[in-house]
Amino acid sequence: MAKQPHKKHEVETTGHEWDGIQEFNNPLPRWWLWVFYACIVWAIWYSIAYPAWPGLKSATSGYLGFSTRAQVAESIAEFETKLAPMNDKLAGVELASIADDAELRGYAVSAGAAVFKTWCAQCHGSGAAGAKGYPNLLDDDWLWGGTMEDIHTTITHGIRNTDDEDARFSQMPAFGRDELLEKEQIAQVVNYVMSISAGNTPQDASLVAEGEVVFQDNCAACHMEDGTGDRFQGAPNLTDAIWLFGGDYASLYETVYNARYGVMPNWNTRLSEAEIRAVATYVHGLGGGE
Amino acid sequence: MLNYIKLIALGLITLLAMIGASYARDLAYQVNALTVALVAAGMFLWTLRNTDEAVSYRDVSGEYMDGVVRAGVIATALWGVVGFLVGVTIAFQLAFPVLNFEWAQGYLNFGKLRPLHTSAVIFAFGGNALIATSFYVVQRTSAARLWGGNLAWFVFWGFQLVIVLAATGYILGATQSKEYAEPEWYVDWWLTIVWVAYLAVFMGTIVKRKEPHIYVANWFYLSFIITVAMLHLVNNLSIPVSIFGSKSVQVFSGVQDAMTQWWYGHNAVGFFLTAGFLGMMYYFVPKQAERPVFSYKLSIIHFWALIFIYIWAGPHHLHYTALPDWASTLGMVFSIVLWMPSWGGMINGLMTLSGAWDKLRTDPIIRMMVISVGFYGMSTFEGPMMSIRAVNSLSHYTDWTIGHVHSGALGWNGMITFGALYFLVPKLWNRERIYSLSLVSWHFWLATIGIILYAASMWVTGIMEGLMWREVDANGFLVNSFADTVAAKFPMYVVRGLGGVLFLLGAIIMCYNLYMTVKRSPAVEAKNHMVPAE
Repeated sequence: MAKQPHKKHEVETTGHEWDGIQEFNNPLPRWWLWVFYACIVWAIWYSIAYPAWPGLKSATSGYLGFSTRAQVAESIAEFETKLAPMNDKLAGVELASIADDAELRGYAVSAGAAVFKTWCAQCHGSGAAGAKGYPNLLDDDWLWGGTMEDIHTTITHGIRNTDDEDARFSQMPAFGRDELLEKEQIAQVVNYVMSISAGNTPQDASLVAEGEVVFQDNCAACHMEDGTGDRFQGAPNLTDAIWLFGGDYASLYETVYNARYGVMPNWNTRLSEAEIRAVATYVHGLGGGE
Repeated sequence: MLNYIKLIALGLITLLAMIGASYARDLAYQVNALTVALVAAGMFLWTLRNTDEAVSYRDVSGEYMDGVVRAGVIATALWGVVGFLVGVTIAFQLAFPVLNFEWAQGYLNFGKLRPLHTSAVIFAFGGNALIATSFYVVQRTSAARLWGGNLAWFVFWGFQLVIVLAATGYILGATQSKEYAEPEWYVDWWLTIVWVAYLAVFMGTIVKRKEPHIYVANWFYLSFIITVAMLHLVNNLSIPVSIFGSKSVQVFSGVQDAMTQWWYGHNAVGFFLTAGFLGMMYYFVPKQAERPVFSYKLSIIHFWALIFIYIWAGPHHLHYTALPDWASTLGMVFSIVLWMPSWGGMINGLMTLSGAWDKLRTDPIIRMMVISVGFYGMSTFEGPMMSIRAVNSLSHYTDWTIGHVHSGALGWNGMITFGALYFLVPKLWNRERIYSLSLVSWHFWLATIGIILYAASMWVTGIMEGLMWREVDANGFLVNSFADTVAAKFPMYVVRGLGGVLFLLGAIIMCYNLYMTVKRSPAVEAKNHMVPAE
């Protein structure tokens, strides 16, 4: 069969013309019109089913009883109910015994990972490797102790914050700024510290001997005579290769001159006891837990 | 006499701006005040030199006023390149944060450049395109010279001043932190004056038209001008902290402020980027295709439906926020109903070409217009879909939104503007044709591939990050940290940046082609005498 040439009959124009432009008098495309009508009908139904029409003091709430706030509250409540037995157990047991219960420990680690990613990753990094001024939690070098008890206390009360009276607190003097040491003395002690820290060599070896005298007179009270630090005061171990603010000459000079003051918030007002224990278990299990 | 009044006014403005600059409380205000003082002083001198000189009078009442359109075309092309360049820069700043150079912190970092990019492309590129084409179209379709004499020039230069004040203000830290409405109070006031003048010129020309009817393109342009005036006034209601400082305080607060902002923000899209550009489409597509518009009825119905419904759709930007559920429902419902009215423009654009489809093969300018209308149709389907609460809970705050905006902005607004510029330049400079059609083709393909890379990469990262954000394990615990989702997006950020580079390259080729058209194309006799069509 020969194909009929598809020739559409062209409609008239409206008879107007602007700068050579005319307009056909085509009707509205049917499909367009019907989809438009369908959308309007759907819109009317939807605005009856869901909260929509405002009045003077309130709005219609819709016959489906939908509410975004109720939806969220319901979803939270559902998980809370489901997780309540585990959370109660976690908050109730001895801290040290969490590790003995495989099921409880597994739960605490996965809950703790979520807490960590939400609240802790901003400073300590999503992989917990820390950054300058924010301790790496993967190693076994702890400022304030690495047992479950220690970690739990640190998370609960935080460090050097002003919101919790029980926050861990200590402050290194600003030896230079407050004129406790001469600049030459700072240079000496920095060289001494570099000589005792692993993998470091002093910038000027001739100052090390004088630096040791300065160290024993001014630093040993907190960092101990051998420089291994004191966890009770959050005084870092200076003999290992791990540095929170940098172990090069300039960073150490800055540390001794102006001191450092790292702050961590207390989480007892933001997280539940079960959440704190969960994240403590997670951090303890990252590799350095004692 | 008029010159003396001008001299007094300009002298006063210079003086006041100098006082403002010397008492300035912040750098942005000081630089802006100095800019105004310089401009006013320059105009003062220029006016002074022309005062009491013999004026050579030539009757131009029978000619279209095309000088201001020519200036607008140049401004559109140049601001376009600037805006795209800043866009490419910030795209790579997101992929490679090291490009937020330490020495430029506080001036050229992402936070400062992002509003510069959006304002440059929407207002400087899009705004100039709208002003220039509306001045061209309203004259031709009304068979009347622009009303108000040099007022049209005031609109043009006044608008450029808005752009310069806003841009330098952003870099130096003056912003009211409202998306697409960042300029501070004094720039808002100035824009209001310019906009009223724009409305007067446009309305005045329509009123003195010699055609019995108002052409559809002019309905769209007019609705754009009027609605933008209303949006601008309400969303920028603020009280300056000091008349010598840039900072101001919003009149609305909390969720009312958010709702006002997104009522404005969405209708900036609706009336600036949709209605205004539909005006462009309704003139340039039938002109370039040399075919009548497909349906007069459709144009009426979709025009009124579009402007009535668009204005209510804003709350869909605030799903799952402090905004009450009822307002969010209404925003969503109106957005869905908006689907067909939006598509009316696409149907009228595409069907106008039926009977002239062969031109797609031979005319790259028509091809540009067709793909632009295609992207318009796609974005106006995607938009209503994303306004559905359930879809929005996945898409909101993700790069999907960015992809959506750019398929509309690059695809629809960009391409229709390029098409209009290719149409206008030979006409305005009395040239026989565009310098090189093959360069237009290059522009077309570079831009199209650029947009596809851009939109596709943003869909992928957008949906991916939406899914990653909400991923929880069996106990309801989050699986990914935010930083994990950022890291996962890196490859797509690079693809997006490359898409931007292609688009920018296309625009630079266009500038060269337009320049060569003016320089090299064979000249023809000027045809800017008014001839009523009926």
